[in-house]
Amino acid sequence: MIVASNLSKRYPGGYEAVKDVSFAIEAGQMVLITGHSGAGKSTLVKLIAAIERPTSGSLVVNGQNLSALRRSAIPYLRRNFGMVFQDQKLLFDRSALDNVMLPLQIVGLPRREAIRRAQAALDKVGLLAREKAKPIALSGGEQQRLAIARAVVNRPAVLLADEPNGNLDIDSASEILEIFASFHQVGVTVVVATHDQHWIERYHPNVLRLGHGSLV
Amino acid sequence: MNAWLAQHGAALASAFRRLWSAPLNTLLSLLVIGIALTLPAFGYVLLDNLRDLGRSVSGVQQISMFMNLDASKKEVGEIENRLKQAATGKWRFVPKEDALKRMQDSEGMAEIVASLPRNPLPDAFIVEPTNSEPEALEILRKEIAGWPKIAHVQLDSAWVKRFDAFIRLAKLALWMLAAIFAAGLVAVTFNTIRLQVMAQAAEIEVARMIGATDAFIRRPFYYFGALQGALGGLLAAALIIGALSLLAAPVGELAALYGGNFSMRSPSIIEVTALAGVGAFLGWLGAQLSVSLSLRKFD
Repeated sequence: MIVASNLSKRYPGGYEAVKDVSFAIEAGQMVLITGHSGAGKSTLVKLIAAIERPTSGSLVVNGQNLSALRRSAIPYLRRNFGMVFQDQKLLFDRSALDNVMLPLQIVGLPRREAIRRAQAALDKVGLLAREKAKPIALSGGEQQRLAIARAVVNRPAVLLADEPNGNLDIDSASEILEIFASFHQVGVTVVVATHDQHWIERYHPNVLRLGHGSLV
Repeated sequence: MNAWLAQHGAALASAFRRLWSAPLNTLLSLLVIGIALTLPAFGYVLLDNLRDLGRSVSGVQQISMFMNLDASKKEVGEIENRLKQAATGKWRFVPKEDALKRMQDSEGMAEIVASLPRNPLPDAFIVEPTNSEPEALEILRKEIAGWPKIAHVQLDSAWVKRFDAFIRLAKLALWMLAAIFAAGLVAVTFNTIRLQVMAQAAEIEVARMIGATDAFIRRPFYYFGALQGALGGLLAAALIIGALSLLAAPVGELAALYGGNFSMRSPSIIEVTALAGVGAFLGWLGAQLSVSLSLRKFD
């Protein structure tokens, strides 16, 4: 499903964040990308989501080679992913429900259907009661759950997350962990960049360990 | 198809919401656009009315009638009698000798005239008819053309031609003015949209990351620009109609003083629609330019 061969990313200025990395992620797998901070985890996630372009090597997602992808095809590629960002990237000018509805509006789902599905997604992460709340009124853990609801509302094949429990206390972090595990159980491919060792202890996922940009 | 409609509907709704959510900004933008459209459009309406006025009151009209070269003094006298009887209005006789003398006085013509074996100019009458309606003039012209020894009858429409030339010049000036104000309108929309893109940077960034196409991101701004322009156009139409209704009474009085019956014509539904359409197009153009430039930094 996601196949990288000799993948490298060098940023302008010469810093090489990802060096000659090769791996294959099968559909339905749960894969953790781990490593110390600065090891290239975030860059790898951004490469998979076509937010960054590889400098060399190839990255094939769903049979599409990202290096050769036209700019206009990128939005359609990204719709395969549910993205959860470290800083959540929630929109603070609208309610929780409206935040979750954004991906559905992007694909042009009729409003009524979009509301129904957004509420179902909020229910899955335990936030249905807070659907009218603005993100600023939510706790850190709730905000991260809201971000997950937005990521899964369009039923993506792959859930792609970058440090989803980075800034959370232990309880909230383990809640997030369980939510990801539950999506994995129903067949969603889960790819998470994290340095949280609890994941490995509890779920024994496939692990891509990065050190200074290379697999170790 | 449904998704397409839903997306356009949502973009239009969001454009309305944005206009509504900042009433003061909206009002100011609409005023600027409205005034920019009012000036050339009002000029157009005035010119249009002036042209109608020119048609109905075609001023002092003259009919020139030329006799055959071989017409005798007696035959000229016969025509004079007929003109008296017809009582068409003022008239004067221009003998061919006078005409030749006038020509001789013109610069550089003296030698040419001297070299002529005989006077090539005919006797002529210049008539200023009392009834200057175009149809009446035409009937008179035909009647005179049937009189004996009349070679040619000509309606002098120099005044009408000059007036037409003036209208054409004024129109050209108006088009230039319109072009300048159109550029102004595009610039106003450009700036409004640029500020909006900046204000919504977070939303645009997130939407991009979760699979929004360029069209999805641009659409609400296009609708906003077009909507703002169309509303500005309607405001301009309202201003023009208001100004015309204020002018109606004084214009009526002035026309009455000249013994005329003239009233200003207000813009028609089609013209109002066209004004809104022009506003919408220019607004869309401004949005298009602005979004193309502003969104570059998100790549």
